[in-house]
Amino acid sequence: MAFIPHTAADVAAMLAAIGVASIEELFDEIPAALRVKSLAGIPESMNEMEIGRLMKERARADGRPLCFIGAGAYEHHIPAAVWAITTRGEFYSAYTPYQAEASQGTLQLIYEYQTMIASLTGMEVANASLYDGASAVAEASLMAVRVNRRSKSQRILVPATMHPHYRKVAVATASNQGLRFEELPYCTDEGCTPAGALARYDGEDITALVIQQPNFFGRLEDVDALTDWAHARGILVIAVVNPTSLALLKPPGEWGNKGADIAVGEGQPLGVPLSGGGPYFGFMTTRMEFVRQMPGRIAGRTLDLNGREGFTLTLQAREQHIRRARATSNICTNQGLLMTAATIYMSLMGPQGLERTAAVSHARTGELIAGLTRLKGVRAAFKGPCFHEAVVSLDRPVAPLLQALANRDILGGLDLWEYYPELGPALLVCATETKTAADIDRYIAALGECLHSVRHAPHGRPARLAQPRR
Amino acid sequence: MRTREQLIFEQSHPGRGATDQWPHDSGPDSIADLPAKLRRARRPLLPEVGELEAVRHFTRLSQLNFSIDTHFYPLGSCTMKYNPRACNEYAMLPEFLARHPLGPESHGQGLLACLYELQEMLKEVTGMQAVALSPMAGAHGEFAGVAMIRAYHRSRADLARNEIIVPEAAHGTNPATATMCGCVVREIAVNAEGDVDLEALKAAVGANTAGIMLTNPSTLGVFERRIEEVARIVHAAGGLLYYDGANLNAILGKVRPGDMGFDVIHMNLHKTFSTPHGGGGPGAGAVGVSARLQPFLPIPLVGKEEGAKVTAFAPESQGPQAAFDKGEGERYRWLAEKDLPQSIGRLSGFMGNAGVLLRAYIYMRMLGREGMRQVGEYATLNANYLLRRLTEQGFDAAYPSRRASHEFIITLKRQAREFNVTAMDFAKRLLDHGFHAPTTYFPLLVPECLLIEPTETEGKDVLDAFAAAMAQIQEEAEQEPERLRSAPHTMPVRRLDDVRAAKQLDLTWKPTAQS
Repeated sequence: MAFIPHTAADVAAMLAAIGVASIEELFDEIPAALRVKSLAGIPESMNEMEIGRLMKERARADGRPLCFIGAGAYEHHIPAAVWAITTRGEFYSAYTPYQAEASQGTLQLIYEYQTMIASLTGMEVANASLYDGASAVAEASLMAVRVNRRSKSQRILVPATMHPHYRKVAVATASNQGLRFEELPYCTDEGCTPAGALARYDGEDITALVIQQPNFFGRLEDVDALTDWAHARGILVIAVVNPTSLALLKPPGEWGNKGADIAVGEGQPLGVPLSGGGPYFGFMTTRMEFVRQMPGRIAGRTLDLNGREGFTLTLQAREQHIRRARATSNICTNQGLLMTAATIYMSLMGPQGLERTAAVSHARTGELIAGLTRLKGVRAAFKGPCFHEAVVSLDRPVAPLLQALANRDILGGLDLWEYYPELGPALLVCATETKTAADIDRYIAALGECLHSVRHAPHGRPARLAQPRR
Repeated sequence: MRTREQLIFEQSHPGRGATDQWPHDSGPDSIADLPAKLRRARRPLLPEVGELEAVRHFTRLSQLNFSIDTHFYPLGSCTMKYNPRACNEYAMLPEFLARHPLGPESHGQGLLACLYELQEMLKEVTGMQAVALSPMAGAHGEFAGVAMIRAYHRSRADLARNEIIVPEAAHGTNPATATMCGCVVREIAVNAEGDVDLEALKAAVGANTAGIMLTNPSTLGVFERRIEEVARIVHAAGGLLYYDGANLNAILGKVRPGDMGFDVIHMNLHKTFSTPHGGGGPGAGAVGVSARLQPFLPIPLVGKEEGAKVTAFAPESQGPQAAFDKGEGERYRWLAEKDLPQSIGRLSGFMGNAGVLLRAYIYMRMLGREGMRQVGEYATLNANYLLRRLTEQGFDAAYPSRRASHEFIITLKRQAREFNVTAMDFAKRLLDHGFHAPTTYFPLLVPECLLIEPTETEGKDVLDAFAAAMAQIQEEAEQEPERLRSAPHTMPVRRLDDVRAAKQLDLTWKPTAQS
């Protein structure tokens, strides 16, 4: 039980060696009044067979619906080799590679990862991962304040077209240190941040501008113009990008004349399953000149006593275990195993495979949108190019339709009412390379039927959606 | 062990690829609508290798690591216990892996049931009133905890409270977290027996005290005996008590932080509840709170709903089984801003490290009530036994008058003086003996220290072998100290030049740098 190998004879010998009569005696420094009386709320133990049965039952309850939701987490094909290797005990059950000589596998892998993700984003250096895409935006904002010493305001401009959850996480994390996040309005016809939205900030002290590409709606922002506007005013640019898209889209390091200063994003599309929201990993890359302000672990290549190459964690003086209260961040454990999966994924896909994944995903979404907008009552919400995700407007509330689709085991997308009520009934949909033409046809046909059978809700929306939060 | 492995970029051949993994080409028309000025001009530097080459490369890399599955890993403060394979297997059932985080609750009742029950079990073993699961690592849980303390004081218009007290031996994440939360750190001393200096504490608390962050057992590997008095002093001054769950394994099933008077705690599920460390994560830093901090919990958390009645937190009067019985008409759902309007907010893009939470859930269900108690007992037995074996061989305990908790510190001050070797030399030489090194030079308070945590999942024979290796190394320190100073000798690399690594930064491979 409890994976404890001791025999009764072992225990007796150990107690004798220590010189106590019972295990209980080892707790004699703890005030008796504090000892646990009962743990009645913990059920009896289950063996592996029993827990297996329970978990399969629970999994069955969740089902395997056909999923057209994206919104920051994307269902891509994951080669079988990725998790077969990632879950090898040598990766799975190792600690952070502090003891470099006994961790060369993990350290070299981090170095390879840093090379890949830096190149993918067009930047010079990378860390070994952060918690997720949302927390990476928060960390990037804090880093921008440290880097942009000329700015005193700690004001960060964030487009309303950035993932709403990312905005919330940034506020919850960084406002404790006095950062202020100000929302840039977007054009409701185009679903993008217009250059005009920035004009009112001319001449003001702004620390950083965040740009998400593609944005939450899947729309492509004019990243060159936004980046150049910011740089002309001494404002740092934080790029928030989807790694799959970077096989096709201009990397942050090449945005505008100078390139973005910090790039972050959600690494999940690179070989990490959806798994109900995590574990995923955040990535962060930047310019070499800012590396000492970057949070998180970094692996570097160096030489050993014999002058042979090896890998070690470096620039640790930035980190909490050395710098304590003056560290760049409190982050310690990051998402190493997910970074491991992503490195294996990127190696299997290579530049061509990733490019094809991006292109096919984009094509599938195009087919989906074309089919959906042929239905009466459905139209594309925005004009202009998207990448592998898009918004459609509907002529009636979305929630009942999604419910009707879910009853047919189709997850039809994300209802935007709660986040962007000004768009009216709007649905964010995504199809990746994992969706076949038949899957897409099934969704379109089902939505067509639901549009027939689900009437306009007589009393408007369900009460829980009546008070949109913004 | 293997010696080394070429970088994957050096094995790359233009045009090669694991083509069976690629989707079928959709043709150039499929991306014709992407404007040229937003397109990428040059391909990224990703390796071009076949599937077998990639599999072989990463398998070989894995073989350069020590891990729990391959080696005894007594890393103090890290709780490197066995990570049961069942936890991985059943957390990775296809339905769980395919679940989209924004999918409807109707298609997530299985996952939500597990998370709800995990909240309930964590409440029970910690003695807290409510638990939220979304923080993604220990330090992230610390952040949530201190942010809740701040939010609590603010909600009472008690705005001057911005000081967080930490003992000088605390983990670095404690002061770093206080800073992240916009607080000021005040460090206080620890006395010669390893307990918090109560006079120093009394002098430190006051109208500015937001709270104190403590691990108990402390980072010195001993139980804070006067914890009730510490709680009284801090509470009387208007501050709150934060429990850093790094060392929860020591007292699991024996003592509960809630009963010691703590107001908020984080739990490292990747330590105490055996989810894997993964070479640096993912972890999970669930937080538990007393009643007064409940409104501030980070969202989302899981509630059970019956008609209009929502139970986020099963009342104790319902008894232990109530939490696990889902009656007719009951369903689980996410609780968000509307349910907790005073929440410190959202700390993750979706739902924290859900897959890690599932692993912890499976572990806890397998252990059950009795197993939970055994964890603390056998972790403590192993630590005290190993400490005894080492002191018998002449090693010096840092706190010889004290019981070990689940871990203990030995100081090699004497060996350093007599043989001119360091704790680091011992640590590196242990690698040659097939043991991962204990934590070195933490806490900094104790000179030339090794912090050793065997965990409950190691048997007596492993501990004996480790003690024997330490004895052998000590002998070597007397007779052939250079062997230690130049260790390790059998690993894939010798000791690495960290200064060079930091000065001549080489953080990415560059094709031009290669011949």
